[in-house]
Amino acid sequence: MLEQLAQLETDALRHLEEVQTLEDLDRWYHTYLGRKGALTTILRALGNLSPEERPAVGQRANEIKQRLKTACEARTEAVRQAQLARELEAGELDVTLPGRPVGLGHLHITTRTLRQIYAIFTEMGFQVYEARDVETDEMNFGLLNMPPHHPAREMWDTFWITDELLLRTHTSPGQIRVMRERCPEPIRVILPGKCYRYEQITARSEHQFFQVEGLAVGRRITMTDLIGTLTAFARRFYGAERRIRIRSSYFPFTEPSIEADIDCILCNGKGCRVCKYSGWLEIAGAGMVHPVVLANGGYDPDEWSGFAFGLGVERPAMLKYSIDDIRLFYSNDLRFLHQF
Amino acid sequence: MRVPLSWLKDYVDIPVPIPQLAERLTLAGLEVETVTYIGLPGAELPWEPDKIIVGELRAVHPHPNADRLVLAEVEYGGPAPEVVVTGAPSLLARRGQTDLHIKVAFALEGAHLYDGHAPGFQVMKLKATKIRGVPSRAMVCSEKELGFSDEHEDIIYLPDDAPVGVPLAEYLGDAVLEFDIKGPFAHLYSVFGIAREVAALLDLPLRNDPRRVAESHPVSITPDPDFIVLAIADPDLCPRYSAAFIGGVRIGPSPFWMQMRLRLAGMRPISNIVDITNYVMLELGQPLHAFDYHRLRPRPGENRPAIIIRRARPNEQMTTLDGTLRTFDSDMLLITDGGGPVAVAGVMGGLESEITDATTDILLESANFHFLSVRRTSRLLGLTSEAAQRFGRQADPELTVPAALRAALLMAELAGGTVAPSIGDIYPGRQPSRTIELNHADVTRILGVEIPNEDIVRILTALEFTVQPASSAHPPIYRVTVPSHRPDVTRPVDLVEEVGRVWGYDRFPPTLLRDELPPQRPNVRLECAERVRDLLVGCGLDEVITYSLVDIADEGKLYPQGPAPDAARYLRLKNPLSADRAYLRQTLLPSLLRTLRENLRFQERVAIFEIGAVYLPVEGQLLPDEPLRLGIAMTGPREPRSWLPDRQTTPLDFYDLKGVVEALLAGLGLSGAFERGQHPAFHPGRCAQVSANGHILGVIGELHPLVREAFDLPEGPVAALEFDLEVLMDLWGAPRRMTPISLHPPVYEDLAVVVDEETPAVRVRDLVAQTGAPLLRSVVLFDVYRGEQIGPGKKSLAYRLTYQADDRTLTDAEVARVREKIIRRLEREMGATLRGG
Repeated sequence: MLEQLAQLETDALRHLEEVQTLEDLDRWYHTYLGRKGALTTILRALGNLSPEERPAVGQRANEIKQRLKTACEARTEAVRQAQLARELEAGELDVTLPGRPVGLGHLHITTRTLRQIYAIFTEMGFQVYEARDVETDEMNFGLLNMPPHHPAREMWDTFWITDELLLRTHTSPGQIRVMRERCPEPIRVILPGKCYRYEQITARSEHQFFQVEGLAVGRRITMTDLIGTLTAFARRFYGAERRIRIRSSYFPFTEPSIEADIDCILCNGKGCRVCKYSGWLEIAGAGMVHPVVLANGGYDPDEWSGFAFGLGVERPAMLKYSIDDIRLFYSNDLRFLHQF
Repeated sequence: MRVPLSWLKDYVDIPVPIPQLAERLTLAGLEVETVTYIGLPGAELPWEPDKIIVGELRAVHPHPNADRLVLAEVEYGGPAPEVVVTGAPSLLARRGQTDLHIKVAFALEGAHLYDGHAPGFQVMKLKATKIRGVPSRAMVCSEKELGFSDEHEDIIYLPDDAPVGVPLAEYLGDAVLEFDIKGPFAHLYSVFGIAREVAALLDLPLRNDPRRVAESHPVSITPDPDFIVLAIADPDLCPRYSAAFIGGVRIGPSPFWMQMRLRLAGMRPISNIVDITNYVMLELGQPLHAFDYHRLRPRPGENRPAIIIRRARPNEQMTTLDGTLRTFDSDMLLITDGGGPVAVAGVMGGLESEITDATTDILLESANFHFLSVRRTSRLLGLTSEAAQRFGRQADPELTVPAALRAALLMAELAGGTVAPSIGDIYPGRQPSRTIELNHADVTRILGVEIPNEDIVRILTALEFTVQPASSAHPPIYRVTVPSHRPDVTRPVDLVEEVGRVWGYDRFPPTLLRDELPPQRPNVRLECAERVRDLLVGCGLDEVITYSLVDIADEGKLYPQGPAPDAARYLRLKNPLSADRAYLRQTLLPSLLRTLRENLRFQERVAIFEIGAVYLPVEGQLLPDEPLRLGIAMTGPREPRSWLPDRQTTPLDFYDLKGVVEALLAGLGLSGAFERGQHPAFHPGRCAQVSANGHILGVIGELHPLVREAFDLPEGPVAALEFDLEVLMDLWGAPRRMTPISLHPPVYEDLAVVVDEETPAVRVRDLVAQTGAPLLRSVVLFDVYRGEQIGPGKKSLAYRLTYQADDRTLTDAEVARVREKIIRRLEREMGATLRGG
């Protein structure tokens, strides 16, 4: 009986060595340790032994059972590891194959640029005010201190719908609209929108483009505030290291009028083709709101003052991303729009 | 406007380097676009100081071997005169002359010059050579060789007082400032006007004021001079007309210095008389016109010629100096004589009375015309001129007499004429000088910096404003008298600008707005539009922005069965750039479909959207409505091309677009409803009308095949929609509450029902949802089956139902009761049967 047990242990351990899968392991367990397994069979036969023999054989059988169980557990762990390793190996991917394409949508570059501008001015308390595209001659020119025949009207090539109606040539008519709506509150708004000019479409000019106008009206608004606001914008939008230059200029609806330049972001002011070798890039036309315009908006120019500025939208984006053809914006070639 | 620095220096010292001067002027609003250097360092061709010098021609000897060449003997400050071989025509004419003292521009061996005989401007290095056996190692230069002009036939003659041996760059070198003057400011269209600005900016005195010419040459001013009869018939268009008479002139070239300055200022020298009129115009900004006096006709019965300034008669004609016959309308102002028109006032003279070589007596016109009239005439005739440019910017009427006298005296000096002792002058439009009260406190209020009193006074005075204290108040109030050359200055704030720009904006400290913050408001429209953009981009759509101006024929393509859109109901441009950009759009779809087609050339899948206005005229309303619309168009395979085997290559269709709409509405917190819709642009069986919270948004669908063909789109479904964004914006932003999340387990159950094919799925779903409420929390359709098992004309709809309560775990019995109720209603109201039940 004891030899039988020893032989069983030897056989079982040898078989266990050969087991490679969890299924085989199950079978091995059944064969040796299961309810109908070899060891159980022996243990059942213990009753046939003499009482003298029984304790020694029983103890031996239990020892073997214990050893086989331990060995089985160890083997189970090893087989699991081996199986996992095989699975992992079989599941290996070529990580250099392309990923599954995600159909990511894109905002138009103009929208992205507008949002950047909104974000900067919103922090300074400016709110977006949107006005209309089709305007009256009076709003686009007359109330902005350009009565009929005013020579400055020639600064804008206008699309006319009737003698009275036109497509706005700039966002400035929105100044009158917002003032008339808000008077006598103080005002701090930016007015984004599409503008239109009778210009042949070329790499440098479009008949439809966006502008963002800014308007602040209050009782203590000064030229230095305007310069500060434009400086803050320029440094946020174009980079903290930018230098700002303020030039006197002329617009009929501001007095005094200025233009703001930054040192050229491409050549850092050394002079290049983009800045026409001047080292400077114009970024805004601006000025203190003309008394006539304030009055047309309902504000007494002796008590109120204000500033206004006009920014391009496409041009800053062109500078920022080195885009050399404005036609790309509204021809909507997705190969272009997907880059932003 | 081009200003040679040497000319500017006649009136003001320039103690700063040229780039610094240009920057200062630019900052003050006189934008210097370019600085062109002539001969100086920085020029395209700097004249080497040791090689290009002032020479003196002493003799012209015959060439021993050539008739068409001579030997010029030139003194230049070297050890001995240099002899050069030349073929210059005017030197050939002097063959054999000696003891000459003629100043020339002289270049020595090694000098870099433009090649006088090569086309264009090519730099060459002057080399010693031998011409027909005579050595020559220097050169007497032409204008082209020095880079002044393309004149290369003859040499330059310098003034007699040119200092021999001095580098030419020192004597003749110059810098030309080219200005881009913004705004209608005639006072900046003259060298003297720029000098006045320079003097104010650099705080330096002005000198040699050409307007003060009468101080040394007093003349009498009379409305009725003995040489001409003057009459202004239309004083509204001609505030002033002055005329001088210069007799006995000899027409010839103007002197070198004058030609030089005209050239540098961008004008071509013509003859002494014409050049003088141009010179004085450039100098003072007063356009002048010289008539041949003997071409001017008297009126019948009068003994001297007449000048009558009047509006043209309808269709009156005249040939202008440029040889073109012009026809005038009755709002154009003409200068006429006793016989008819002789000039277009302020724009251009007539050919008949122009100065010729035979002219001996001059009538010199120096007048002032209304700027709008000149602009109009110039525009309508398509005729611009230096004169029209200045008159069109409100020229100073006080300049007419000084400019006339200045030019007349130059004609006496340079053309040998005699100036009549009186100047004719009629001045019906004389304006009193304007006075403005300027409060120092307003200067500070507008500018934000405290500018010292003395600076304000100094700046305004330098610009020729007269400044007097108006009161003893503090801060002071000034009484400022505006000079006649500043018609643009009418209000205190105009003076504030003068002070600010001359004092220098570069000295202004930047400040942040310290004024009261205005009331802040929500901006629902913008926020909603931006949210829609983000949601659609999140759905994988690309945003496009197309033109508002469209081709109306494109909108017609949406109506394949007609009728075409009525052009009368559209806003149309009076002056379109082209026929395909003539109308204001009333739908976004055509531009989206065009964009689709363009992009399909480069990629197989395009899904785009646009948010933009359409323009709808409204009866009885001046301005059109400009509602915002949302348009979407998509076509191509459902997923982008990839190597993955499970890629969905089936085309995007109605349900993809509907999925986008559902996501959009859910993202906006709205519940949408879809029902069968009709629109001529869409497939009749694949079109739905969409509403949100009961308000119609618009239609979605797959394009009608004829529309797809009309837009030249390839085979395959094209899903598109156009929504009224205004409706969405109105609905959006209503307060929303979160739905509590139940802590109790849900019960899931599937339900498949067979209904008639015609029964819209949404009706079944709604009935189930409605009947199952409140315990039935969600109804998701997961299968639609048609086939043998259920027979023809039927379809099976299988739903996953989720039951849940907020306060307890549901029992099987509760769920079974709800389910029973649902089934009974389906059977009763839809004739549905349970499938596989």
